[in-house]
Amino acid sequence: MTEKSPILTGAHFMLGDQACAEGAIYAGCRFFAGYPITPATEIAERMAERLPEIGGQYIQMEDEIGSVAAILGASVAGVRAMTATSGPGFSLMQENLGLGFMMEVPCVVVNVQRGGPSTGLPTSVGQQDMMQARFGSHGDYQAIAYSPSSPQEAFELTIRAFSTAERLRTPVLVMMDEVVGHMRERVVIPDEGKRTILSRRLPSVPPSEYRPYRVGDDLVPEMALAGGGYSVRMTSLTHDELGRAVTDTATQAVLLPRLLRKILDHREVYEEYELRHAKDAEVLVVAYGITGRSAAGAVEEARARGVRVGLFRPKTVWPFPAEAFLRAARTVRRVVIAEVNMGQVALEVERLVAGRCPVARVTSPGGEVFPPERILAACGPERVAQVRT
Amino acid sequence: MIPAAQEHRERAPETENAPPRHHPLDSVLRSEVLPHIWCPGCGIGVALGAFLQGLDRAGVPVEKRVIVGGIGCSSRVVYYARADTYHTTHGRAIPFATGIKLANPALHVTVFAGDGDLFAIGGNHFIHAARRNMDLLVVCINNFNYGMTGGQSGPTTPHDARTTTTPNGNFEFPFNLPQLAAAVGAVYVARWTTLDVRRLRDCFTEAASRQGFRFVEVLAPCPVSFGKNNDIGSGLDEMDYYRGLEQVWGSAGGLPNRIEVRETGDLSETEISLHRPIIVGKFVDRPRPTFLDNYRAAAASRRKAP
Repeated sequence: MTEKSPILTGAHFMLGDQACAEGAIYAGCRFFAGYPITPATEIAERMAERLPEIGGQYIQMEDEIGSVAAILGASVAGVRAMTATSGPGFSLMQENLGLGFMMEVPCVVVNVQRGGPSTGLPTSVGQQDMMQARFGSHGDYQAIAYSPSSPQEAFELTIRAFSTAERLRTPVLVMMDEVVGHMRERVVIPDEGKRTILSRRLPSVPPSEYRPYRVGDDLVPEMALAGGGYSVRMTSLTHDELGRAVTDTATQAVLLPRLLRKILDHREVYEEYELRHAKDAEVLVVAYGITGRSAAGAVEEARARGVRVGLFRPKTVWPFPAEAFLRAARTVRRVVIAEVNMGQVALEVERLVAGRCPVARVTSPGGEVFPPERILAACGPERVAQVRT
Repeated sequence: MIPAAQEHRERAPETENAPPRHHPLDSVLRSEVLPHIWCPGCGIGVALGAFLQGLDRAGVPVEKRVIVGGIGCSSRVVYYARADTYHTTHGRAIPFATGIKLANPALHVTVFAGDGDLFAIGGNHFIHAARRNMDLLVVCINNFNYGMTGGQSGPTTPHDARTTTTPNGNFEFPFNLPQLAAAVGAVYVARWTTLDVRRLRDCFTEAASRQGFRFVEVLAPCPVSFGKNNDIGSGLDEMDYYRGLEQVWGSAGGLPNRIEVRETGDLSETEISLHRPIIVGKFVDRPRPTFLDNYRAAAASRRKAP
């Protein structure tokens, strides 16, 4: 009997949630711990079905707190691991996400966003957790968050999330939304080996010389695994190069800035965005996730009417691709930021624009995606009206 | 003869009257990070010593040992034991350990934590890991209060006991940990005090040789907080307190040499009250398929199905 490949190469018609699960499997994820929650449950269901047949491990945990703890545990033992949730679960995950940042444990956490706060709108769309993705756990840290706008992109960005997590030894977030998660579209899964998937660096020195948090120029330490004979020492406390808990200001002053710089100095590893009609744009629309598709519709409609509107769609929302955005926005007279929340990534966009031109927010309390017309209208009533007459 | 002790004996004799430079457990301790943080009279070090000796006797190699701690005094054993060690978040050691065990089932994974960590903030993880029969050894150092934060009441603080947050006596009822662990599915349940060093060591040896969710409760003095607040006195006085009150479960009295699990019995007897008998012993020792046994069997049966 020949061993079946774990990768389902070919064209499929599948949910964004399922595509996310398949992206994880493509990236080598063999451990999933989760807790049922709408609209992310289909990711867990897919993993529960797929992992046992490919030698992977699925476990349904007692809650989302345990889910993140379990994937961190699996990862320190050397297995690529993921969990998936939605808003209420994401809140519970914040505690151990912080542990992942502190211990520098690669893993992927997916949030298929719905409307909040609290239980909110379980079955309909929101993009209300974007600031929580950035700042949700206590303490200073730098999150990396992707936001796909289609099932195919859910597949691709989940792979990218694993690659980034492994390369930079950090948790990485995939901030999906209910519409992308529950949308069924064509998803093409490539042959094995057609995507770049980086791996964590294992110790290059014998145990006697291993210093768990010693770093070189790239600021990412080599990672010894449980059971590897390295007498691993990892802690949630402020720690020195040896992994010893040293809770003083001098140690903190070395550790914390490195944890931030490790992410910010490696934009080439994770930064992705899409530009559309941006070159000669007078108005630049910023949108991500499902809103990116409404915005693309708005941009095409504007162009059809002869209005020069462009799109900047960050696929990596955090850290926000600031330089790329400012380049695209250099000559525009207006920026529009559309998102299914009351203004979250808008705060970052406004900060970057810094008053050089008006920024129009297109906001929503959640529950449905924007019709392109709403974004179009924000591009400048006078311009759009002009064309209409 | 345990390997560590053997090594100790083969060393050159130390100068007479000079303090010993080597400890029998040096090879399984990270002696370079000592001294430890525990208070004088604290029982955690005794429990750690018994644990390390027990693992040595069970033949668990150091490179296969994983110890996961939560937050609190008891969880600090992760700093001193030579093993792959993870000091995690408050209450979350069990799910973190679950991930490690499932990712590499060849490892012997122990969770070392306190009563507050395991049974207040982490209680949900405890009952579910036991229900699943996750292959973990969970050691609870029960000192009846939150020691690291200065002696507040917790889920095992005896009724009427004084703590900094129960100045008029604890008006809540405590968990009875052996009864709880047995009820939720643990395959091995035992309780000893830090007075019972050798029984505790043998208990760890036995627990390390079993598969599944194993629970060992260690009653340990916390003289600076619990002892002081309840007029028990020093660490030594608290050991004396144990000596006066300890009774092995199912025995007529006194401490027998050989501890057998009683076939039947009412585990409600193991509830701890101030100045009442403290029942110690082995309460449960029963085989049951582990989470991984069942997971693998289910996956194999599906593969066979047409």
